[in-house]
Amino acid sequence: MFLRNNFKSKMAYTEEELKKELETKEYEYGFYTDIESDTLPIGLNEDIVRAISKKKNEPQWMTDWRLEAFSYWKQMEEPEWANVTYQKPDFQAISYYSAPVSAPKYDSLDEVDPELLDTFKRLGISMDEQKKLAGVAVDVVMDSVSVATSFKKTLGEKGIIFCSISEAIQKHPELVKKYLGTVVPQKDNFYAALNSAVFSDGSFCYIPKGVRCPMELSTYFRINQAGTGQFERTLVIADESSYVSYLEGCTAPTRDENQLHAAVVELIALDDAEIKYSTVQNWFPGNKEGKGGVFNFVTKRGLCEKRAKISWTQVETGSAVTWKYPSCILKGDHSVGEFYSIAVTNNFQQADTGTKMIHLGKNTRSTIISKGISAGRSQNSYRGLVQVHGRAENARNFSQCDSLLMGNACGAHTFPYIETKNKTAQIEHEATTSKIGEDQIFYCNQRGIDTEKAIALIVNGFSKEVLNKLPMEFAVEAQKLLEISLEGSVG
Amino acid sequence: MLRIEDLHASVEDKEILKGINLDIKAGEVHAIMGPNGSGKSTLSSVIAGNDYFEVTKGNIEFLGEDIGELAPEDRAHRGLFLSFQYPVEIPGVSVTNFVKTAINETRRAKGLEDMPAKEMLKMIREKSELLEIDRKFLSRSLNEGFSGGEKKRNEIFQMAMLEPKLAILDETDSGLDIDALRIVAGGVNKLKSKDNAVVVITHYQRLLEYIVPDFVHVLLNGRIVKSGGKELALELEEKGYDWIKNEVAV
Repeated sequence: MFLRNNFKSKMAYTEEELKKELETKEYEYGFYTDIESDTLPIGLNEDIVRAISKKKNEPQWMTDWRLEAFSYWKQMEEPEWANVTYQKPDFQAISYYSAPVSAPKYDSLDEVDPELLDTFKRLGISMDEQKKLAGVAVDVVMDSVSVATSFKKTLGEKGIIFCSISEAIQKHPELVKKYLGTVVPQKDNFYAALNSAVFSDGSFCYIPKGVRCPMELSTYFRINQAGTGQFERTLVIADESSYVSYLEGCTAPTRDENQLHAAVVELIALDDAEIKYSTVQNWFPGNKEGKGGVFNFVTKRGLCEKRAKISWTQVETGSAVTWKYPSCILKGDHSVGEFYSIAVTNNFQQADTGTKMIHLGKNTRSTIISKGISAGRSQNSYRGLVQVHGRAENARNFSQCDSLLMGNACGAHTFPYIETKNKTAQIEHEATTSKIGEDQIFYCNQRGIDTEKAIALIVNGFSKEVLNKLPMEFAVEAQKLLEISLEGSVG
Repeated sequence: MLRIEDLHASVEDKEILKGINLDIKAGEVHAIMGPNGSGKSTLSSVIAGNDYFEVTKGNIEFLGEDIGELAPEDRAHRGLFLSFQYPVEIPGVSVTNFVKTAINETRRAKGLEDMPAKEMLKMIREKSELLEIDRKFLSRSLNEGFSGGEKKRNEIFQMAMLEPKLAILDETDSGLDIDALRIVAGGVNKLKSKDNAVVVITHYQRLLEYIVPDFVHVLLNGRIVKSGGKELALELEEKGYDWIKNEVAV
C-alpha cells in the first residue's frame, strides 16, 4: 500500500530511476493513486446504466442504445467454453463507474492534478518527453475517464479526430452513430453486451479520406479503484485510402480481489485504408500464489472493405485470466487481415487467446503468427478460426502457431479451427512446440551467458518474428516486458 | 593450469567420480580415454560447473584459483570451454547472435566494452574459413537441424571465437566421418598454443592420430587407473579395455 506521503516524496522521480526500478523483480506498477474518486454504488441494474449515461451528459439515443444492450445482457449466459478456470465475477458486487474527481479536461498539463501527473510519470509516460521526441499523441484513460489529451491541435489540422469516446459522442455524434456497434453488435457476446451497457470511456479516432496519420497514436489505460470494472470502448475509423498506426498499452495496480476488464474495440477500414493496431498489455497477473490479478475478457474486431488492411499486433504478459480473439472480417475483395501475437503466461496465469479470420470477399488474404510462452504453472491456449464463406473465391491463409514451454508444470494447448465452404481456398497451418530445458540454460552458461540473459536470449529468438511487427518505439518496451515477466521461471 | 585433487562427485547419491587427480599445464594436450560409464562426461560436466552433479570431496583449481564455488558462466569467463558431446538446439537464435552474445558477456565480465561490429565480423570470417564453414550456416538457428558433424564443427567454431585457455573436448569425434574429423582436428590444432591447453575425451584412438596428446589417462570406474604417453593410446587400441581392467585388478 502506498501512502499519500510516500507518493509526494517521489515528485522528483526521474526517468533513470524508473529504468532502474524496472530492473527489479517487483511488479513495477503495483501502486495506486490516492485520489478521491466519484464512484457509483455497487451493483448493476437499469438505474445504474441510466446514471452512467447521465453522468456523461449523453444524448438520448446513446442512453437508449445502452439500455438495449443491458436488456440483451440480462438474457444472456456467461460463456464457459474457454480453456480456463476462474472464480466467476459477481456482477452485482462491483461498481461500474469510477472517475477521479478532477475530471474536466484541461488545455494545458499545468492545470492537471499534480498527483495524477505523477501517476503518469510512474507509468513511464513522460508527457514532455513524448511531446518533444517521439511525437506520439497520448490520450490517457484513468479509471473510466480520459484525463489528458495532447496534440489535438496538430492532428486537427489534418482533420484527424483523436479524442475520448465520451467527447466524440458529444462532438461527432453522426460518426459515432454511424459506426458504433457495426463491427461488434450489442448482442455479440456476454461481455460485449455488458460493455455496451456500461462502457464509461475509451478512445475514438477518425482519419479522413486519403490522410496518412503522421504519428503513432497511443493510449494508456489504468484500473485504479478496487472493485471497479474497466469497460472501455474504442472505435477507430479509417476513411478511404487513409492510414493509422495505433498503440494501446495497459497496466494496473496490485489488488487482492480480481478486477474485471471487459473492453470492446471496433476497427473500420474503408476502401484502400489501413489500420495497424498494436497492444502491449501488462495488467496485474496475480501474485506467485495465483491470488489476485485482472480478468481480461475483451472483444476486438476489425472490418475491411475493398483492398483494405488491418493488422493486429498483440503482446500480452499480464492478466490472471485472458480471453481475447482480435479478429478480422475480410468483407471487401482483396482485403488483408494480419494477426501477430505473443502471449506469455507465468505462475498461475491462464490464457485462451487467438484470432478469427473471416473471409467473405474475393481474393482475400490472412496471416496468423501466434507465439505462446508458458512458464510456472500456467496454461496457455491458442484458439484460432479461419472461416472461408461460400462466395469467397481464392482465399489465402497462412497460420503459424508456436509454443514455448519453460519447465514441467505449465501447459500449452492449440485449438485450430478451419471451416471452408469454397474449393478454391488455400489454407496452410504450421505448429511447433519446444521447451526451454536446463540443458539449454547450461549450454549458454558454459559459453559465459548467465541464466537470466540466457532466458532473454532464447525467448527473444522465439518472439522475434512478432516483435519486429511492433512500432519501433514500443518493440524495446515489449522486449523488456517479456524479460521481466519470465524472470525466475527456470529453476 | 588445471589441477584436480582427489575429486569425488555423485549424482542422486550415486558416486561416479571416486578420487580423480589430474595436473594439466599450459601448452599440453591430455587425452582421457575409457569405456562407457567410466565417468568421462561426468568429469567434464563437473569441471564446467554443472550443478546437476554434487562434488562431495576434493577440489578443482583453475589458473591458481579454486573454482569449486563458481557458477558455470564465471568459469567460462576465466577461460574454460567445453565442447559438448550432444550440443543442444536453440531455435530462433542464430549462430552469429549466440556467439556475439557469448563474446560480449565475457568481455563485460572483464570490464571491457562490447566488441565493435567490424572487428566481430572480421573474426567471424576468419574463424569460419578456418573450419570450412559456409557463412550462410551462421544465420541458421543454433544447432537446429544440424547434422552430427555440423554440430561438432559449430562447437569448435565457438571455441575459435571464444579463444579459451582450457578447452575440454567431450567425445568430439563421435558421429564424425573422416572428412569432418580432419576439419575439426585441423581447427583444434591451429588453435593450440603454448599458452592454452586441451583435454580430449574419447573412446577411440583415431582422433588422437590428428590431435596428438602429450599425456594419455585411462579412466575406469571413476578413477584414473593408468597414465602414460601417446603410445598408451595405441596399446589400448590393440589390447582393449579389458587389458587395463585386468592389470588394475591385480
